Parts: sequence; structure tokens; C-alpha cells
Amino acid sequence: MSSPAVSASHGALDDVLHGGGVDGHHHDGHHDDGSKTLLGFWIYLMSDCLIFSGLFATFAVLANATAGGPTGKELFELPYVLGETMLLLVSSVTFGMAMLNMHAGQKGKVLAWLAVTFVFGAGFIGMEVYEFAKLIHEGAGPDRSAFLSSYFTLVGTHGLHVTCGLIWLVVMMDMIRRYGLNDATRRRLSCLSLFWHFLDIVWICVFTFVYLRGAI
Amino acid sequence: MFGKLTLDAIPYHEPIVMVTLAAVLLGGLATLAALTKFRLWGYLWKEWFTSVDHKKIGIMYIIVALVMLLRGFADAIMMRLQQAMAAGESAGYLPPHHFDQVFTAHGVIMIFFVAMPFITGLMNLVVPLQIGARDVAYPFLNSLSFWLFVSGVVLVMMSLFIGDFAATGWLAYPPLSGLKYSPTVGVDYYIWSLQLSGLGTTLSGINFIVTIMKMRAPGMTMMKMPVFTWTALVTNILIVAAFPILTVTLALLTADRYLDTHFFTNELGGNAMMYVNMIWIWGHPEVYILILPCFGAYSEIVATFSKKPLFGYKSMVYATSCIGVLSFVVWLHHFFTMGSGASVNAFFGITTMIISVPTGAKLFNWLFTMYRGRVDFNVPMLWTVGFMVTFVIGGVTGVLMAVPGADFVLHNSVFLIAHFHNVIIGGVVFGVFAAINYWFPKAFGFRLNEFWGKASFWCWLVGFYLAFMPLYVLGLKGMTRRMNHYANPDWQPYLIVAALGAAVIALGIFCTLVQFYVSIRDRKKLTDPSGDPWGGRTLEWAISSPAPFYNFAIVPQIRELDQFWEDKQNGVAYVQPAKYEAIHMPRNTGVGVVMGAFGTVLGFALVWHIWWLAAVGLLGMIGAFIARAYDNDIDYWVPAEEVEKIERSRHAQLKQFQTTQVAPVAAPSRQKVA
Amino acid sequence: MLLSGCNMEVLTPKGDIGSHEKSLILIALGLMAIVAIPVIAMTLWFAWRYRSSNKQATYAPNWSHSTKIEVVVWTIPAIIIVILAVITWTSSHALDPYKPLESEAKPVTVQVVSMDWKWLFVYPEYGVASVNELVMPVDRPVNFQITSDSVMNAFFIPQLGSQIYAMAGMETKLHLIAREQGTYAGLSSNFSGEGFSDMHFKAIATSEDGFKDWIAKAKATQATLDDDSYKALAQPSEKVPVAYYGNVAPNLFVGVINKHMGEMSHDSMHGEMPMDMPHDAPQDSMQGMQMDMHHNEGGDAVSSNITPAKAEK
Repeated sequence: MSSPAVSASHGALDDVLHGGGVDGHHHDGHHDDGSKTLLGFWIYLMSDCLIFSGLFATFAVLANATAGGPTGKELFELPYVLGETMLLLVSSVTFGMAMLNMHAGQKGKVLAWLAVTFVFGAGFIGMEVYEFAKLIHEGAGPDRSAFLSSYFTLVGTHGLHVTCGLIWLVVMMDMIRRYGLNDATRRRLSCLSLFWHFLDIVWICVFTFVYLRGAI
Repeated sequence: MFGKLTLDAIPYHEPIVMVTLAAVLLGGLATLAALTKFRLWGYLWKEWFTSVDHKKIGIMYIIVALVMLLRGFADAIMMRLQQAMAAGESAGYLPPHHFDQVFTAHGVIMIFFVAMPFITGLMNLVVPLQIGARDVAYPFLNSLSFWLFVSGVVLVMMSLFIGDFAATGWLAYPPLSGLKYSPTVGVDYYIWSLQLSGLGTTLSGINFIVTIMKMRAPGMTMMKMPVFTWTALVTNILIVAAFPILTVTLALLTADRYLDTHFFTNELGGNAMMYVNMIWIWGHPEVYILILPCFGAYSEIVATFSKKPLFGYKSMVYATSCIGVLSFVVWLHHFFTMGSGASVNAFFGITTMIISVPTGAKLFNWLFTMYRGRVDFNVPMLWTVGFMVTFVIGGVTGVLMAVPGADFVLHNSVFLIAHFHNVIIGGVVFGVFAAINYWFPKAFGFRLNEFWGKASFWCWLVGFYLAFMPLYVLGLKGMTRRMNHYANPDWQPYLIVAALGAAVIALGIFCTLVQFYVSIRDRKKLTDPSGDPWGGRTLEWAISSPAPFYNFAIVPQIRELDQFWEDKQNGVAYVQPAKYEAIHMPRNTGVGVVMGAFGTVLGFALVWHIWWLAAVGLLGMIGAFIARAYDNDIDYWVPAEEVEKIERSRHAQLKQFQTTQVAPVAAPSRQKVA
Repeated sequence: MLLSGCNMEVLTPKGDIGSHEKSLILIALGLMAIVAIPVIAMTLWFAWRYRSSNKQATYAPNWSHSTKIEVVVWTIPAIIIVILAVITWTSSHALDPYKPLESEAKPVTVQVVSMDWKWLFVYPEYGVASVNELVMPVDRPVNFQITSDSVMNAFFIPQLGSQIYAMAGMETKLHLIAREQGTYAGLSSNFSGEGFSDMHFKAIATSEDGFKDWIAKAKATQATLDDDSYKALAQPSEKVPVAYYGNVAPNLFVGVINKHMGEMSHDSMHGEMPMDMPHDAPQDSMQGMQMDMHHNEGGDAVSSNITPAKAEK
């Protein structure tokens, strides 16, 4: 995570830790203080992180509850999942490029990189949907066993998050096209960037604990 | 087209429900007619529904909570009546199918739709005023949280008349709450109303953490924050840390019911114990989410009415933080009888007991705040003293049940019911009423009537002891909770006393309603011209009552813990500034209402499996949110002249008050949001 | 007055476990009273003494800190909690429901199945079963093996002591002993649906001879509890009268547990499972049910609390 948004939000946290609430928002007032938004978004991400923790814990408890049905080892195709992973990882890099260009004020390049990010993200979702459809077709759907229930729910929740991220991405591209890179769009793009990298990290955990662990 | 919804979903054959429905319809129609006749729709929409003002949102939370208190209490009366009747051969008047829904609804409503909105409402009303802020960090999000909560309320109320409600107990343990054993829509209503309001709660938790961390007045370090704000901070951290777990737990139960998964089923590897663990990992912090702000309110009240600073502010802060942390490592004490090993049980029992140490320290701090004070027994203080006595008993029985060996015979008995009503009524409800009486003038500009307030307090206090002390005894007699009827006739006298107690509490609620009515009628006599009716210590009392929409014309500078008290001592509390500046304020928006409405549609459609309508609801919510993002006209400036005009009339009124020192003149006119 | 005038079952135990639990309750209450009673008294006293109309009382308007008082109010409760913690630790182990009772007498095993909405008691050593009536000899430990065939319930005889949950697909354990003859109320203390309120049973503690007579009476009953009659019994029903089965299919209890384990179908309900399957089945065969449920350390006969036997390895 080398995104500039992260360092910006570190600033926000520094304010909290050292500033003791002495800040200028009462005085400058007019624009929403970006540090406030970023702090709030960080807290939101932490709460989302807890949602995923709950799902990971559930998966850990139910991972062996295959109820005589197929196990992860029989189901998961690591090369395919590795492909998915690469798509998402690359999309994080391209988002980072968009952020660099945002700080450089290059509206056109920002839009282009966001579009690239969207393509990778959509590709990831496409692959995941195909994988799910295939599993269900093989009779290994979420109703087969507690293990598969927790697998589909954990991976599917991540997929839903990425889908939301894609919708947000489209909205941001339209906003930047219309309004350019102003305070509001920069702030929001920084939040989306945090969100996108966060999903990347979650996916790495999914890949490790669900697929790799399941396949070994 | 309409999923599972048919006309049969309306319970025609249940006279109690139908009479209630008729009353609700008639009452609703009368209210709507009155609103139309007096042309109040525009006023309500512009000034309240679309408001992003934290004070108004706080007031709306509390009003909804009061209404839901009536509903939840009606459930309580029905249960007490049933159990007072249904001894031996008698079946009482409520069949199990109905009774089971009633106790489930009672628990769900009292916790999620009464206690939570009371707490959230109080935090909304008070926290920004106490830290010298002009609003919360995200005013629109605050409005959205409120309307999501309302959509949960609407769903719960709908379940009374269309379909049924869960008949599983308020935490809906599977497999009973699974599709196999609860095939009707009851549990679905439960799930979606909690998910919608829970989302709102999580958002407002984030909102308040940021508000408290980033928007304190200059100079207000963490250790100069008023205690209520401290407790609010810890509570909101607990909310953000605990509610996501509730979201996950309910989502998994939803998956079991909608997608045929096997998280908690008896079949194919499901594990119901996991649900019990998860729901209590949320559930135990939840009770501290409720009680901590009440502790904060008691702290403010006891200091104000003893006319002394709070004893041991620092230890109060540490105690609050300790409780917050410990609340996450005690959940297993809710099911010692599930067969965990002795060491595990003992561990969770001991962590639970440890919580009583900081809690005890708090009680002593309140005691020593009264010590060598000059204690005025206004209504808020009465509630506080009533709480201190009652809560000790609840604490003792709580620690008793934290001993696994003792819990093995007390678990799930009505002893447990008595214990948690002892802490929730004696702690949370008393605290909420204390706080409402205390901060009411700040919200509305006049005090509440003392006589009816005291009458309400005594009814609640006496009613509580009558209603729940017999349950402690019955628990020791081996009566278990949630019984529709019972064979043992020995129990009946106790249950009749308990029902009488509930009737006395009903009288207390009635007194509260009279108190509101009488106070509004006599508002001129009860007016609070100084803005500081109790001799307060914290910032909210420095400004006029009701608070102007921008709260503080000039942002205060903080040097002391009780800055306003210091200023009063030094004679600088009411110095008029030389010059005012324009104030930046958020604009009202109806997007919160719209999203709440689509949320209700979404929830209702999901309950009844009307998929196209669910899509409408979901797309409506997303669409409204995106539309809001495109709205660039979300704030405005209040010109300095307008601020000056409002503040001048405030200072003129203050001068008049200070010269006459008697309750003067007309009530201050309500400020309207520009 | 009310308190002394009535007979409180939990505080008039008829067995060892219940007696221990009673004294545990009284000791804990006594310890807490050391702090609780002074706090209540002080609250009322301070409130009265420092009322604003009492101008004789000292008024210290700025006094808000005293290290001495702080130390005392943190230390005294802490000391009491430390004592209570020690008691908790030892009593939790002593009263562990999974721990077999030490006794010269040979224990009786009773397998308990909670159903919608009645209790089935199987006596594997005698090959009989009963519905809604539990009979046990006094002064002999009873080893309960408990499961559920539907939702969660809790098996509880208040006058004998501890309760424990009954959960489908797993076995929980409880060890009780009765010391006085008598008929005690038994019930489910965990809400289980519509028929819950009538889901109680008679727990009869009787002499050794009385027990033998009862077994003989049950044995003489014609009814057999096999696959079919079990299925009929398991149908939801309320206020079920007491019934006996003179003959019980072997391994019925294990079959009920395995039915909810996923791998097995209804048809293989009995016959395949050896009764004395090792209780500490390897962890990985427990389908992850060990979440928060830990192996019991110490106590040789104490096994893992969840001991589903597994059909296939």
C-alpha cells in the first residue's frame, strides 16, 4: 500500500493522536475537512474488516464440515484462482497509477487508469462468477455442506464488495469527467483507493487461507 | 407477483391483534387528519424530517423510542397478565403461538427500538454541545442513520398486522430460528428490521467517533472531555467493534433461510453453537453500549445537583475504558451450560467478575460526589439515587451468575430475567429518564414539570421492585423463562404480584406522558431564560435554551475540565463578544428519508420474497445515495449579521433575567433553521 | 417475609451437586454483601445527610479528589473479586457437569433425548426406555448422556443441581446423584417452540428396590422402541403422557446423534455404531464443533464435551 491516500490519512490519525482536537475546522469551515472524512473512512474499513473476520472465523470453524461432500482439495483449481488473484493485484497497481496522476493533476490520465482498473476488476468478478457457476453446476453449491456454505459466503462477500467498488469506480469516473479534480472528487477518490487496496488485502487472505490451505 | 404475500397474512382471527390494528389505523388516520388540518406537513418535512441538525435528529430518536416504549410495554403487560393467569389447568388468554411472539417482540423492541434510540438520541442531542461543535462530523449520514432505524421500526410494527413476528426469543437461536422449525415470515421480519437499524447504528457509531476525535473545541484535550462525552466515545467504539459481528451473524442466518446454506442447521455439518457464540460476541458489548452513556449521564447529573465537581474524574474515565475493553472477553458467560470445559467456564466467569471492579469504583465515585455536597433532589437526581441503590442489587445478582457453578442452577430461569431487568431498568431506563429530565430544557427551552416527574419516578421504582423481586424468588423456585403456562400453583401468587408491579410501572409511564403534557401546557411558567437551569458545569449550559441551530456563535476556548463552571466563577461566562463571524452550516436534505423509505420497501419485499420489489428497494437506495453524491449544494453560510441578531436577543434576555432573577417574560421563540 | 415463608427448590437441594451449588450461591452472596450493603447504606445516608436543605452538613464545593478513597474503592472490591475468582476456579472444576461423581456405588447410565416436546430416557444397561418419567436410585450416581433430536433444549432438575444443553448432532454430559427419595420437577429450561411449556417430566428418586421394580415394570411393557416407533415418537407432540418401552433397539442413542451429523442417512440409524466408541474422537473428525468448546483437562474419565461418533473416517 504505497498509495498517497494512505499517507494523507496517516496525517489524519496524527491529528487525532497529537492534536487533542485543536484543529482549524471551525475557522476555515467552508470545505469539508478531508482528514475528517479519511478518519471516518478508516473506521468504516475497520468495521468492514470485522465483518470479514467474522466470515473467516466461520470458515475456519466449518472448513472440515464437508458432510461427506467434496473437499477444497477436490474443488479448487489453483492456477485459475491465481489468475483471478493477478487480475485483482494488477488492478490495485493501476489504481495506484490513477492516484499518482490525481496528485499530479492529470485528469485525463486519471480517467484512463481508472478505466483500466475497472477492466481488471470486472475481469476478476467475471472469473469469480464463472467459478461459482461451475461449482454449483457440479453439485458443489452452497447448499451441499457447511464447508461450502462458508466458502461461498466468504468469497461471495468479497465479490460483492468488489462489485460495489466497481459501481463506485464508474460514478467517480463520471464525476471526474464532469467536475474535474476538485477537493470533493479527490477526497472521494482517495477513499475509493483505500477501499480498493483494502479489498486486495482481504483477497490475499482469502487466497491464502481458503484456496492455498484448502488445496494443500 | 407478490411472493409469499396473500390476504391470509393478515391475522383476522386474532381479536387482540385486530383491535390493536383498528386502534392504530384510527389513531394514525386522526394524526394524519390533524397534521393536514393544521397544515403541519410542510413544517414537519422542512424542519424535522429533512433536518440534519443533530439536536432535532436526537429529539426524533427519543420520540420514536418513547412510542416504541409503549409498544414494548404493552407486550410486557400481556406477558405478565398471561403468566399471572395461566397456573395449573388454566391456559391463560394467550395461546403459545401468540405468547411466543409477544416475548420475542418485547425483547427485540425494548433493546433495539427503545433503549438503542434513547441512547443514540441522547448522544445526538448532547455530545456536539458538550464538545463545542456545531454539528456531528457527517450530518447527512446522521440523518440517514436515523431513517434506517425508522425503517427497522416500521418493519417490526408491520409484522404485527401482516404475517407474524419471530417466536424464537429475542436472540433467535438456531436451529429453532431456521427455516425447518420457523417456516413463517416471523424470523425474516426479525432479521431485516435488525439489519436495517443495525446498519444505521454502525454508521452513527462511526459518525460519533469522528465527531468526538476531530471536532472538540480548541483546548479540549481528551482528559478535559466531559464524562458523558467520554462514555459516548467508548460506547461508539463498542458499536463499531460489535455491530459488524451482529451483521455477519444475522447474514449467515439469512443465508440459511434464503439460500439453503448450512451454517446453523442440524444437517450437513451446520453448527448452531457457532451462532450462540457469535450473537453473544455482539450481545455482551451491546449491554455496555446501552449502559455506558447512562453512566455518563448519571455522572453529569450527580455533579451538577451536588454542586461539586465529579469525584475522581480520571478514575471514572479509566473505569469506563476498562469496562469497554473487558466487555469483549466475557461473552461465554451467557452459556456456561453448553458444556465448555471447566477452565473455559471459569476464565469467562472471572473476566465477568473483574468488570464489577471498575463498575464498583464508579458507584463509589458517585457516592463521594454527593459527599460534602449540597444535593438538590430534582427529578434527574431522584432517578440517579434510585439507580444507585437498584443497580447494586443487579450487580450482585450478575456477579453471582458469573460463577459457573451458581449459573448451572440459575441459567435461563426467571432469576436471570429479574437480573437483567434489574440492570436494564435500574440502569438504562432510569438513566434515560434522568437524562431526559436533565437535558430537556436544552432541547426545548423549558423545564419538565417536577411533580409529575417525581410521581413517575416513584411509580417506576416501586413498580420495578414489585415486578422483579418475585421473579428472583421464582427463579430460586425453579421457574424457567418463557413459559406460556405452568403446572406448579405455588408460583401463581408471585406472578400476580409481578403483574401488579407491571401495572404500577404502567402508571409511571402514564405519569411521564402527563408530565410532557403538563409541561408543554405550562411551558411559559417553566421557561429556562438563562440556558442554565440547574447550575450546570459543562459547555451545553453556556448557550441559550433551546440551543440555537448553530450551537455556538463563537467557538469556545477550553482550559479547564468544567470550563463553563470556571467561567461562571470568574464572571466571564456571559461576556458578549465584540464581533461575530459568518457560520458555515450543512443544508437540510430529504435523501435520508428517501433512502429509509426504499430500505423499508427492500426489507418488506425480502420478508415476503417479492423479488422485483426488493430490486426496486435496493436500486432506490443506491440511486438516492449516488444522487446525493452529485448534489453540490449541501451547505451554506449563516451571515454574521444574522448570528449577531440572534445572539443580541439572547443577551438581552439574559440581562433581563439576571436583573429580575425571577422566571420572566415569554418563552424564547424557537429558532428555525434558515 | 416472602423469602422465608416459601420453599425455594434450588435452595433445598436433594443431591450432592445441588448442595454444593447452594452453598456456592450463599458464599458468593455473602462475599458481595461486604461491598453491596455498605454502598446501599452510604447512598441513602449521603443522599439524606447532604441534602441541600441541611445547612449543618459540611459543604466542600471544590473537593473532587482523594487518593486515599480512590485506593480503597478500587482495592476492596478487587480483593473480594480475587477471593471470588479463586472460589470460581475451584468450584468450576469441582462442579464440572462432565466430571463423573466419586462414589462406591455403581453408576446408572441414562441417555436423554430431547424431542419436540417431550423427553425420552433410555436405560442402555437395562434395555428399557421411558417418556417423560425419569427414575433413579438414590445414592447411586447417574451418568446422563444428553442429545436433542430437534432444536436446543436444556435438561434440568432444579433440586438435583446443574443443567446442561441438549443439542442435535452432539452429546453433552451431566452427572448427578440424589440423596433423598422423592419426586422432583424436571424440565427444559431453554425455549424450544410452541410446546415448550409442557415439556416437563417427573424425576423420581427411589430406593434400590423401587428402581428394580420400576425397571421390571418397564421391561414388562410390550412396546418396542425401534426405528419405526422412534419415528412416530419423534413427531412433534405436546403434553405427552408417561410411556414405557420394554425393548429398545441397541445403539438408538448414537443413531439419534449421527442422524444430525450430515454423512449418515436416516436409514442407517442404528446397528452400525458401536456403543462404546471412544469419546475423545480425534479433533478433525468433530466437524469443527470444538469452537470454544475445549477439552477438559484433568479427570481421567472426563472426555471431550462433544463426542459425536463418526461413521466414516
